[in-house]
Amino acid sequence: MSQVVAYFPLILKGMLLTVEVALLSLLIAVLLGLIGAVARLSKSRIARGIAGTYTTIIRGIPDLVLMTLIFFGGQILVNDIGEKMGLDYIDVDPFIAGVLTIGFIFGAYFAESFRGGILAVARGEIEAGHAFGMTPLQVFSRITLPAMVRHALPGIGNNWLVMVKTTALVSVIGLQDMVYNAGLAGGSTRKPFTFYCVVAFLFLVITGFSDVGMRWLDKRYSVGVRKA
Amino acid sequence: MATPALRVEDIHKSFGTIKVLRGISIEAYEQDVISILGSSGSGKSTLLRCINLLETPTSGKVYVKGELIKMQELRSGERKAADRKQVERIRSKLAMVFQQFNLWAHMTVVQNVMEAPVNVLKVSKAEAKERAEKLLQRVGLFEHRHYYPAHLSGGQMQRAAIARALAMEPDMLLFDEPTSALDPELVGEVLRVMQDLAEEGRTMLVVTHEMGFARDVSSRVIFLDAGLVVENGSPDQVFNHPKSDRFREFLVGVF
Repeated sequence: MSQVVAYFPLILKGMLLTVEVALLSLLIAVLLGLIGAVARLSKSRIARGIAGTYTTIIRGIPDLVLMTLIFFGGQILVNDIGEKMGLDYIDVDPFIAGVLTIGFIFGAYFAESFRGGILAVARGEIEAGHAFGMTPLQVFSRITLPAMVRHALPGIGNNWLVMVKTTALVSVIGLQDMVYNAGLAGGSTRKPFTFYCVVAFLFLVITGFSDVGMRWLDKRYSVGVRKA
Repeated sequence: MATPALRVEDIHKSFGTIKVLRGISIEAYEQDVISILGSSGSGKSTLLRCINLLETPTSGKVYVKGELIKMQELRSGERKAADRKQVERIRSKLAMVFQQFNLWAHMTVVQNVMEAPVNVLKVSKAEAKERAEKLLQRVGLFEHRHYYPAHLSGGQMQRAAIARALAMEPDMLLFDEPTSALDPELVGEVLRVMQDLAEEGRTMLVVTHEMGFARDVSSRVIFLDAGLVVENGSPDQVFNHPKSDRFREFLVGVF
């Protein structure tokens, strides 16, 4: 027990990093997801093609493989370009790389959840927006988006939980998140089981709080919906 | 004669190989209340939707207050509006009331009525609210102004939708079968509001199955059949002296 207490600050520090990575990735994923969903539903064949390729490829490759490919591949790419420009060796910051990679991966999943949500919005409400002279952007931000969230929430909740857990992969690229630190603690005390239990518990704490947040969102975006 | 509030010139509309409108020309002057009748599939809703460009006519011209709505041909041969800003401006002056109400479900009644004036006409929130409350009073929904559409009856929703249309202070109101989705006992409350609007001199285009409204309230009746105008005249002319057998048959079917 005393060992857990001794290493707890380290693991908590890792937890903070986990939460940071998750939240920043969420921001990127939601942004990419919205763009992806709108592109997949757009009239432009090029936009549909690009978004379709993005969601299909990203969702078809394991996260671990993508993480490794993007992080190390990105490192090589950046330096190849750097070398041509006569720059010194550039070290890609693993935090930024991790956040970008996870955001990029989950943007594809969010795009599909958002697409489903948008498709569930009553056509007539969108049409009414156009009929009253709103611009396409106004129709999207004032009508489609707020009406879509309710339908997309179950998918969004799923994506978020999977994403929180996927942050564990950043330990692969050398980030000291709570899984990485638990591994360290477990190694040096020879009690890996204890520390992984602590990590499991802490993940449950994060997802438990998420559940509260999801319920709040659900309430917020279900106003005006009659409960059966 | 004055410039017509609306002129539709030889409009055709096809969906794929199905020709819905096959050359329709109509004119509406200020304060006209025109009922558009026809059996289902005759193209009456499509005609209304071609006027505010919810559908793009395959060919033909639409003038609103003498202004031609610009269209362009795409490489695919389809046509679309050439100037989005122009279409948005014209739409803001032609307010539409839909068969399925199409109120925005995530907004309260008063928010629904304020939405387009604030965002499209750039009216201040305070003024839009005042306008909305006045209109809701008028359609008998002031007490319900903070309700969400899901908590209203069909008749109340349609009256809210009419208030939403009036809040734009439009030059013309387009009604697309406003009472067709309502329970029979709720039709009256909506028709009364529409009659009220007709009497105050609003220019209205009403696609409807309500023969009473067409005969007693409208100033002109147009009957469409298979995408063509078959009858076009005063209610008396059309109902009492129809030119076509097709309209007589239609009346027999309706009554």
